[in-house]
Amino acid sequence: MFRALDGGGAKQSIDVDGRRVQVRAGIPLAIALLEAGVIPFRKTPVSGEPRAPVCLMGVCFECRVAVDGRSGVQACMIEVADGMSVRISSGDALAGDDADV
Amino acid sequence: MPMYDVIVIGAGPAGLSAAAKASELGLSVAVVDEQTTPGGQIYRNLERSQPGITKRLGASYLKGQPIISRARSSAADFYLTSTVWDLSSDLNVTLLQAGKTRQLQGRQIIAATGAMERASPVPGWTLPGMMTAGAAQIALKSAGSIPSGKVVIAGCGPLLLLVACQLLDAGATISAVVETAPAENLKAALPHLPQALGAPAYLARGLGFLANLRLSGVPWYKQAESLSVEGADRVRAVTFSADGRDTRIDADTVLLHHGVVPNTQLSRLLRIDHDWSETQLAWHPRVDQWGATSLAGFRIAGDGAAISGAIAAEASGELAALGAAHDLGRLTGTELEAQARKPLRKLSAERRIRPFLDALYRPPASVLLPDNDTVVCRCEEVTAGQIRAMVPLGCRGPSQTKFFSRCGMGPCQGRMCGLTVTMLLADALGARAGEVGAFRVRAPLKPVPLEAIASLASDAGLHS
Amino acid sequence: MAGNSEYDTIVIGGGMVGMSIAYGLVRGGERVLVLDQGDDAFRAARGNFGLVWVQGKGIAYPAYARWSMAGAKAWPSFAANLHQQTGIDVQLSQIGGLDIYLDADQLAARAEKLRTLADGVGEPYPFKVLDPAGVRELCPEIGPDVVGAIFTPMDGHVSPLRLLRALVQAFTQFGGELRSGADAGAIAFRDGVFTVTAGDERYTSGKLVLAAGLGNRALAPLVGLSAPVVPNRGQILVTERLRPFLAYPTGHVRQTGDGGVQIGDSKEDVGFDDGTSHEQLSRMARQAARMFPVLAGANIIRTWGALRIMTPDGFPIYQASTDCPGAFVVTCHSGVTLAARHAGVIADWIRGGPPPDELGAFSAERFHV
Repeated sequence: MFRALDGGGAKQSIDVDGRRVQVRAGIPLAIALLEAGVIPFRKTPVSGEPRAPVCLMGVCFECRVAVDGRSGVQACMIEVADGMSVRISSGDALAGDDADV
Repeated sequence: MPMYDVIVIGAGPAGLSAAAKASELGLSVAVVDEQTTPGGQIYRNLERSQPGITKRLGASYLKGQPIISRARSSAADFYLTSTVWDLSSDLNVTLLQAGKTRQLQGRQIIAATGAMERASPVPGWTLPGMMTAGAAQIALKSAGSIPSGKVVIAGCGPLLLLVACQLLDAGATISAVVETAPAENLKAALPHLPQALGAPAYLARGLGFLANLRLSGVPWYKQAESLSVEGADRVRAVTFSADGRDTRIDADTVLLHHGVVPNTQLSRLLRIDHDWSETQLAWHPRVDQWGATSLAGFRIAGDGAAISGAIAAEASGELAALGAAHDLGRLTGTELEAQARKPLRKLSAERRIRPFLDALYRPPASVLLPDNDTVVCRCEEVTAGQIRAMVPLGCRGPSQTKFFSRCGMGPCQGRMCGLTVTMLLADALGARAGEVGAFRVRAPLKPVPLEAIASLASDAGLHS
Repeated sequence: MAGNSEYDTIVIGGGMVGMSIAYGLVRGGERVLVLDQGDDAFRAARGNFGLVWVQGKGIAYPAYARWSMAGAKAWPSFAANLHQQTGIDVQLSQIGGLDIYLDADQLAARAEKLRTLADGVGEPYPFKVLDPAGVRELCPEIGPDVVGAIFTPMDGHVSPLRLLRALVQAFTQFGGELRSGADAGAIAFRDGVFTVTAGDERYTSGKLVLAAGLGNRALAPLVGLSAPVVPNRGQILVTERLRPFLAYPTGHVRQTGDGGVQIGDSKEDVGFDDGTSHEQLSRMARQAARMFPVLAGANIIRTWGALRIMTPDGFPIYQASTDCPGAFVVTCHSGVTLAARHAGVIADWIRGGPPPDELGAFSAERFHV
């Protein structure tokens, strides 16, 4: 969905639903996921509709994913870190839970 | 618990300027911000930005450098990557930093929480791939990243045109720019033009965008109606009618924008007085020229009080710092007046163009008062029709409407739907928005893990 | 006597208590007007925990225990009627409820009190004291600090949001009129007609029900009644929607039908302050995380403070006025548990039927001795 204007620079490796993904170091997780083609980011707990980031500034809460076992993390508000574990499917579930909502 | 003369919440131009000024006046200052670097959204990531990106973003982005360095080199303490989740009326700030709850005590608070984009509730706006124009700019600033597929930019406002130009320049594929400002806006804006001519730099910049856009040859539609986003599991196209024709344009990313509004979560938490602005169609916390509000010691600077832009925000931050210093006995009345002259002049010069812009880019009624089938509350998936249906059940304001319909009960805490709910209720009740009111905001200002609240008492020394 | 007036009954108060009674009255064929305050009113309903709760109620006051038990028993048909009338499922679940303990002495003391209550209540009062293994069978997610719980099959829970909305909707469908933003001030009684002034408007009726919560204190004396009620603040924390993990309501933590978890149990005498306090919120958060460790990482979306309506002894007041026949006062802090009673036997009594058996125990005169 997104691409880097300059793809050079340091890379880090994160885990997205069990898949190893190379991302650019130091960028917001939400943008790293968008560059990795992740879409949607979550499904709503109300109707199961797919959703993806809207504002990238912490307002819309649509980019929530589970990060390192913590659910409901705004991916636009944290930077990627090497070895980070991201769960797309369980953004709204209990922490550490892998079940679909 | 650390104690400061002034705690500044938000490190955009208003906050940085307030922090720098207060610190230069000898006050002890803390600056709290959610981001990893200061600058707010307007100067986001400027400290770390690649030269190539900075150049693309142009002179208005670079303008942030002096204020960032001034605040950075001041004696102010920076609490970055820190989310303020509570603020009490005795000016105690509770924040979450690296998973830990901390508390700071202020003698004065300057809230500089800035603006956010107005929601654009049109059919299909919940589809993945719909983002705001501001989001695309943030991706460019914070990561040098642009949408990779076909992009349609739709809505109205100066930022819309700016982002279109920046993305074009960066090599994005813009399939169309679709302006939704109704024809009558121009007529309403013209009387404000003479005053706007007092801000020639802005007008020249705006005309520059228009020229660039025209030269680019990107299809450009105006006065579009019935805007809607199409797709099943993600955005596939945008449809609208313009020039009497129904048009459908393929898109992978749709960037919607209908202006920016003050972010009032913090001021609402403190239940200070707010007024509804008919020109900006948003809530304005009631402030005097020093940013003082109805709560003693609590000030607001910058776009969080009323939308006036980054340069004005800097001036208002300085004025808030002067007001705080005067309250704390650092400045005499005469010194205050003398030091305020320059920022006051700057502020009034910057505000000259606003009435013109507000009128020219007033969002269309279809976005302000969506059709019944359109989702308004994205979190709880509540439609405009469901909100209207609360009126016959006795709901006269957002609070009871929230209780009955669940709109505003989700994780975004009413940020995305609040203004729309107020306007829908006002319209259905035949009342003024100011009478209808707003959601009551309670702690936490942003969702925080239970354990962060659990750890509070021991950290705060409330518990033995 | 209502011949000269616009309404058979005016109910002052559009909260859980007022709307339950008003719904019962319109269903019985009355013309009813409910006067409710504006959007900023103190509303106990908004901080409601949604428990249909019996256990522990009426210790040292068996009449209240019986009244609560009867309230819970009346719930299934009440919920079914509301569903049929409005299409709103109030998410009633009455599979029993748990009072969970982290301290063995407190559990033992509570169990002893319930035994005394069960012996004196005069009807079957089923309950069990569970050890941690027993609790885990019902709630697999309890933490290692839990020492046990008291279970009774009489308890349950509903969605208070859906309940109030269903009551309002059913009430209006039956032709009831609801005026919100109407702050009832003066009340006059002459020749069997009540005249209520709210703002610039005046309304007349043959009967008057005061269900204004804390407002009853000032209104009751206007019609020869008394309601010595004071506010008692309760606070709650609400999580984001979570995968279902807790089927049973407990006295401190409840997972709603929508997935969100409510946490709360605080009782504070803080006057008319409906805010929240760090001290209570953090205490409740710590307790909830010990009871259910899975909650530690769950995001809290909002906290809420609301004011309970407390009488000096904590029990309800139901009383008819002798000075102004046709005027009634109803005050309690269990508007959900007792909703079916309020819409049923209490509405019937107000319509002119015989008073329910237990009613004598709830006259305000008990405070005048």
